[in-house]
Amino acid sequence: MADKIILEVARYSPEQDTKPCFATYEVPVHKEWVVLDALNYIKDKVDGSLTYRWSCRMGICGSCGMMVNGEPKLTCATFLSSYAHNGNKIRVEPLRYFPVVRDLVTELSDFLVKLKKVKPWLIRKDTVPLSQGEFLQTPEQLDYYKQFSMCINCTLCYSACPVVGLDPKFVGPAAIALAQRYNLDSRDQGAVERIAVLAHPEGIWGCTFVGECTKVCPKHVDPAGAIQQYKLNAVLDWLTSFLMPRGHNSQDVKP
Amino acid sequence: MARQSDEAFFWMLFSAGGVIAAILIPVHLFLFGLAFPLGWLPAPDYERLMSLVHMPLVRVYLFVFCSLPLFHWAHRFRYTLYDGLKVKHLNEVIFALCYGGAVAGTVLAAYLTWTIA
Repeated sequence: MADKIILEVARYSPEQDTKPCFATYEVPVHKEWVVLDALNYIKDKVDGSLTYRWSCRMGICGSCGMMVNGEPKLTCATFLSSYAHNGNKIRVEPLRYFPVVRDLVTELSDFLVKLKKVKPWLIRKDTVPLSQGEFLQTPEQLDYYKQFSMCINCTLCYSACPVVGLDPKFVGPAAIALAQRYNLDSRDQGAVERIAVLAHPEGIWGCTFVGECTKVCPKHVDPAGAIQQYKLNAVLDWLTSFLMPRGHNSQDVKP
Repeated sequence: MARQSDEAFFWMLFSAGGVIAAILIPVHLFLFGLAFPLGWLPAPDYERLMSLVHMPLVRVYLFVFCSLPLFHWAHRFRYTLYDGLKVKHLNEVIFALCYGGAVAGTVLAAYLTWTIA
């Protein structure tokens, strides 16, 4: 393994630049260093103006997502040593398909609006007093949605999805997977409220099942699977409403 | 842009066609393209096959076998044109050509499977 590695980092300052450019930095390579460590080294020792988001350094907060050699990655979980074969050069850019605020920091407002639209929280029709105790759940009921609850909103899946790039209105993988996480939760009764946003040309029907979202997810969530699962539910729901216009229960797919 | 119910309907046809294209077509290709011509399995004679084709259930099977994969193609090709060529603004024309083609193929399949002597 080489002692040094070259980082080509995208720089953009909206006050001075009309478009992003790349700055090159030489960084020492330590076996246990990740790309985020290299960025921290640049900020601490070389150029304090370099701007990027990070927090936990352990793949929990989801804030250090960037394009590393063209792939969406959590930089806290991407080791420098993995790129030693690539001419000792790593190109770091802000996540694709998001507007850039500065250097490697992206604007997430649009994602947050989409996320809110799918109502990713428990919705109840009834209000049960606390004195009646908790809503109990069996391990099987937990397993039904648990995988989708692992999402950390890192938005890597949005940068991996070509549909997001082509149609900025597409609700996107993480938001749909999180909606499905609540639809599948035995405590939730809000599937009917989510269907208008999800079963929409800009919702699940916009997805062409490229599958890159699932491939890049650092938490092994399967957003592509969630979308296909929801497509089938939406078709069954549409069929039921078509054949039995009265009294069908939209999207009630819980165990 | 297609309505929500249209999308559900066409995705249902796409999905059903995909199942046939993935499961049944390879079986037919294996039997009629490899196993029978190469003598791996005893080939049925022409009269036997024709008597099979004359059964109403087999006619329906052949019709579905031809029709649904066309809708699978139409849906896939529609989105390939949208995204591959970035021509989503021609949605109405593409929609009409793709599904129109599938409907035309379905009508032809219905005619042939029903009139085969």
